[in-house]
Amino acid sequence: MQGLIEFTQMIISGVATGCIYAIVALGFVLIYKASEIVNFAQGDLMMLGAFLGFSFITLLGMPFYLGLGLALVCMALIGALLDRVVLRPMAGQPVFAIVIITIGIGFVIRSIVISIPGWGTETYGIDTPYSGGVTSLGGLVISNEHLAIIAATLLLVIVLYLFFRFTMLGVAMQATSQNQLAAYYVGVPVKSILSMIWAISAATAALVGILLAPITFVHVNMGFIGLKAFPAAVIGGFGSLPGAIVGGLIIGVVEALAGFYLPEGFKDVAAYVLMLVVLAIRPKGLFAQSVAKKV
Amino acid sequence: MHVPMKTSYNDDIRLVRQRGTLVWYGLLALALLAAPMYLGEHHIAQLSFVGIYAIAGLGAMLLVGYTGQVSLGQAAFMAIGAYTEAILQKFGVPFAASLVLAGVMAGLMGAILSLSTARLAGIYLAIATLAFAFIVEEVLTRWESLTNGSLGILVRRIQVGSFTFDQEWKFYYLSIGLLVLVLWLMINLLRSRTGRALTAMRDSEISAQSLGIQLARYKAIVLALSGALTGVAGALYAHRIQFITPDQFTIMASVELLVLVVVGGLGSLHGAVFGAVFIVMLPQFIVLIRDAFAISTSYQAGLDAGVYGLLMVLFMLFEPQGLYGRWQKIKLYLDTFPFYRKATFRRQRMFQKSEQLR
Repeated sequence: MQGLIEFTQMIISGVATGCIYAIVALGFVLIYKASEIVNFAQGDLMMLGAFLGFSFITLLGMPFYLGLGLALVCMALIGALLDRVVLRPMAGQPVFAIVIITIGIGFVIRSIVISIPGWGTETYGIDTPYSGGVTSLGGLVISNEHLAIIAATLLLVIVLYLFFRFTMLGVAMQATSQNQLAAYYVGVPVKSILSMIWAISAATAALVGILLAPITFVHVNMGFIGLKAFPAAVIGGFGSLPGAIVGGLIIGVVEALAGFYLPEGFKDVAAYVLMLVVLAIRPKGLFAQSVAKKV
Repeated sequence: MHVPMKTSYNDDIRLVRQRGTLVWYGLLALALLAAPMYLGEHHIAQLSFVGIYAIAGLGAMLLVGYTGQVSLGQAAFMAIGAYTEAILQKFGVPFAASLVLAGVMAGLMGAILSLSTARLAGIYLAIATLAFAFIVEEVLTRWESLTNGSLGILVRRIQVGSFTFDQEWKFYYLSIGLLVLVLWLMINLLRSRTGRALTAMRDSEISAQSLGIQLARYKAIVLALSGALTGVAGALYAHRIQFITPDQFTIMASVELLVLVVVGGLGSLHGAVFGAVFIVMLPQFIVLIRDAFAISTSYQAGLDAGVYGLLMVLFMLFEPQGLYGRWQKIKLYLDTFPFYRKATFRRQRMFQKSEQLR
């Protein structure tokens, strides 16, 4: 019985971590689906969002939800700006050019965060209205931060689903991601749609950053969690939104179990090993939707 | 302007196309041979670093520049080479053998990695190599009985028979000599059947496949070769630094090699050498900026990241052909003066390229 409870506990904390990976991966996949750009700066955008949230909530003393909203809006603007200034001129360039440019953006963001007074390389925390408490459920104990993450992920997934399914803008975005040229022909403003997708993606990154803040604290290196979200997105099959969620959850749970049952050190590489195995069996991920392209 | 007149198909793949080239390279060789006589100890040491980075850069260039396979894990091959060298030296294996074995070991790891990645393309490959790099770094840190973990290993100077490479100029000749050897191998590889297959794969995998090129096989070959070259560079690096730890080979080092090939110029051997010179000079350049703007040393990490990031973004936006591309443009401008047309080098856009189902 004790073993079972321990196991369930492990699964739940794994799911919470997995939700973080899932949202970051969602950010990748949104942009990838729409424009075939893989945004290696996603983790750094998340870090920037967390720092903005920290400034609004802790430094300026705003109420939590106001600060959160403001950080999301700021990050959305930054995302749209990045698309407009840096990535639009790169449209139609080969994959590696864009990979390199987004890695570069990530480095620039890190450099900016380090050099802003009051941010720097220190570690900070954000006080949330829910932090500190725990919820008991039978023999299980779940911390409120983990619950908040799971709830926020569920909410985000539902909102995004409704948005893509039922709004004009969402349908236009789907059209853009399926075929840019055809979308252009039927009157979808492809360029501004792409900027909007970047905005959404950057805003979700900020959301993750702030949700994660009570657990890992705000730090300039917190963006490295973005590198764990890659395996999540890849396992799900890079172009699939449900795949990103499932991939994130799988990675989170596997990592938690590996940390508990395997010797030290396996936890950190479990995600990557799992990914290489999945890729060896299914080169396009579990939820692959691409087929060989025409020349 | 020199207009080449081709009289046979072999003219396209000749080693030396114009006699003038031979003269210029001869002069360069003389200057390099005589370098220890007119350069100080410090500059000679920097030049041996250029040699090491150029070899590693050629490995990365083969993969990224000639085959179009983005690798974010080159540092892992360097680490494997460096650690193989250090451990073999501890067991008393002679240098000539251990250098080759370091290359073979890294190449073997590349081949093993390709078992998992051979069917991958584009972004999947980049992420898979990134994963590989993380795994290698973790193994090197955890396998303490062999690698001494994060405490690192001391590496002694190179000893061949009774001859010790105990002075800067001796090591300089070794690294430049190996660089020339590797360059010669690369030139010959690239004009061979394999080299042409790699370039064909870069330009279009589907077309290459229709022409009978086995993608998986050539991807394995190129990953192994690139790993081997980078591994040799890693072995030299271990001897140059004389102390290796796993955190010298993080993702930052992989990105550094990527910056090297991008700044140097993708798809050219000159580019790898130019990029190596650039990467070795960059830290001094950053120190100059720091002193000029009186930035405190506590921002050093931020400054490094910023300079690397900005360089990558700016080069990709404005000079995707890198330093070598810029040099070619200047050369053409002088050759054709006053008839130079900007449109000659305009980038082609490929709107039809898509990896998704359309």
